[in-house]
Amino acid sequence: MQASIELNRTPAVHYLLRIGDTCLVLAQRLGEWCGHAPVLEEDIAMANIALDLVGQARAVLTHAGQLEGAGRAHDEDQLAYLRDERDYFNLTLVELPRGDFAFAVLRNTMVATLLKLLWQRLAASSDAEVAAIAGKALKEARYHQQHSADWVVRLGDGTDESRRRTEKALKQLWLYVPELFDSDDVDAQASASGLGPAWSELREPWLAEMQQVLDAAGLAMPKEAAFRSTGKHGVHSEHMGYILAEMQHLQRSFPGGVW
Amino acid sequence: MSTEMKQEWPLWEVFVRSKAGLDHKHCGSLHAADPKMAIQMARDVYTRRQEGSSIWVVRSDQIVASDPGDKDMFFDPAEDKVYRHPTFYALPKSVDHM
Amino acid sequence: MYTQAMDTMGKDAGDGKQKAVRSADELRLEERFDARIDAGDFIEAKDWMPEHYRKTLVRQISQHAHSEIVGMLPEGNWISRAPTLKRKAILLAKVQDEGGHGLYLYAAAETLGTSRDQMFDALHTGKAKYSSIFNYPTLSWADMGTIGWLVDGAAIMNQVPICRCSYAPYARAMIRICREESFHQRQGYESLLTMMTHGTDAQKAMVQDAVNRWWWPSIMMFGPPDDQSPNSAQSMRWGIKRFSNDELRQKFIDATVEQAAILGVTLPDPDLKWNEERQAHDFGVIDWSEFWRVIAGDGPCNRERLQARVDAWDDGAWVREAALAHANKQPLKEAA
Repeated sequence: MQASIELNRTPAVHYLLRIGDTCLVLAQRLGEWCGHAPVLEEDIAMANIALDLVGQARAVLTHAGQLEGAGRAHDEDQLAYLRDERDYFNLTLVELPRGDFAFAVLRNTMVATLLKLLWQRLAASSDAEVAAIAGKALKEARYHQQHSADWVVRLGDGTDESRRRTEKALKQLWLYVPELFDSDDVDAQASASGLGPAWSELREPWLAEMQQVLDAAGLAMPKEAAFRSTGKHGVHSEHMGYILAEMQHLQRSFPGGVW
Repeated sequence: MSTEMKQEWPLWEVFVRSKAGLDHKHCGSLHAADPKMAIQMARDVYTRRQEGSSIWVVRSDQIVASDPGDKDMFFDPAEDKVYRHPTFYALPKSVDHM
Repeated sequence: MYTQAMDTMGKDAGDGKQKAVRSADELRLEERFDARIDAGDFIEAKDWMPEHYRKTLVRQISQHAHSEIVGMLPEGNWISRAPTLKRKAILLAKVQDEGGHGLYLYAAAETLGTSRDQMFDALHTGKAKYSSIFNYPTLSWADMGTIGWLVDGAAIMNQVPICRCSYAPYARAMIRICREESFHQRQGYESLLTMMTHGTDAQKAMVQDAVNRWWWPSIMMFGPPDDQSPNSAQSMRWGIKRFSNDELRQKFIDATVEQAAILGVTLPDPDLKWNEERQAHDFGVIDWSEFWRVIAGDGPCNRERLQARVDAWDDGAWVREAALAHANKQPLKEAA
């Protein structure tokens, strides 16, 4: 069995992995829709979003791996496949199971909106590579947000059943929102160095954009609960173990494998 | 099962201009519930490999087609639609199950 | 991704009952139609065509479309387990392409007077078939590369001739598909080559195991032997089919033997050998009972594949209804 790598978790690496891992794990969940979407056109659309997210994950992970420094650097696959669970920093939001279509498009909207706002600001990063990644990723995030938000509106303001399902999804997903904007030292360092914004800065614009979508969908924004998820800090929900078991399995069981 | 046909998303024809200076070319069709969806789907399906610079989508039943050129060819004179898609033809309710 | 020789499907019940009496007009039209075919003309959606031509095409094109979308399932099975991010991306792109190919084909079939819903209904109730190859399970990562190499390879061989099919919307869809298809075969082969050249012994064993399981089903993709394919002649007459099953099968085997040698895998047929006289490879006896069993619904995964499609459709009904309901609530826009 292939053992885990040792991550050099500097603040910059941690900051970038929050983004890269979020893309990676959401792509993992979206891939599950292939062949199971309500219409063929959405099988294609979901696969398309997943593909874009894999691309973003690859770019960010590659760069984060380099930032670990000489003698400790890792490539995108070592990071994606060989870290211990405690060294992944994706939002808990993206670990949640696939859900029904309402759940899927609402989660996609929430994440795409966040990523869009992040990429917009990262385009001005003091790290030139990050800025370059952001430029390309921003176009994709905009499209993902538009596509998913349009669906939230259709389902929120469609039939009674679709409205019911969307409301249910909203209630479930909203619990994971506070984690998006909690701040810590990783953010502080990124902000100070110019690497990227503290995620707490994104709270107001994110809420404003989500409010617009929910208004158009005829849905009420849930109140914030006391629940706090902690994926960004490496402590995940029980779903993460299963995701990693599946994702990592081949690399773990074929040590030294070349693919 | 046939009654579901009426609930089908409408059919749209897709035209893509692959780059500035060229005409829009017909590339195929897709089903979408509304215009926004049709455009997005057209982008996802018909411009996956190249940047289409412009996409048009038109509801198939809005397209008026000319007759096939040959006068000897037999066809229904009332049929000015692009093709004989079953949902283009509104039947009286009593026979709408076919 | 592939089209199996669907001419076997003529065995289906209720198929093309020819009218006993044809009018003089119709006979004349058929003569003109045949002349157009002989002249290499393309038939478009609104042109007159014999009813049997139309029905044959609806069946062939829709079954081809069904094959593409069912084909997303065995491969989709491995997206979450792809061993590198690059391979994950490639697999996602391939499965996405297959969905797209299904779409092009459904669109082409719809020009002949059927609807997407009708076609799905035929698939879900078992009246329509799809290529037998997708009823086999994908049990290892090497299956992904093997499917790309053998299954897409066989499909390409079947498909390229259809780019000159007499029915133009189908031909145009096929041209679009063939352009996208070559990436599928190449990436599969390259994945296997990487493992066979640079991989561990365990990886090489995985590749050989996959080849052992996929070889015979792949050559069955070309359909039954010519002498058991009664509808082939008519399809060829109409320019829907250009080469016979056996011709294509032989061509595929001859091309693949060399590819296998480069990979360093053994094809699981002890009777496979070059015949100098025929300038082609002799090969062993195909177990046609397996083929018919799988076609009839008793292959390893038939029930699961169909259930997955039925579930996706049924579970998605509320979504489709909601989208329509929402669209109907919007103020009507004036048609241009």
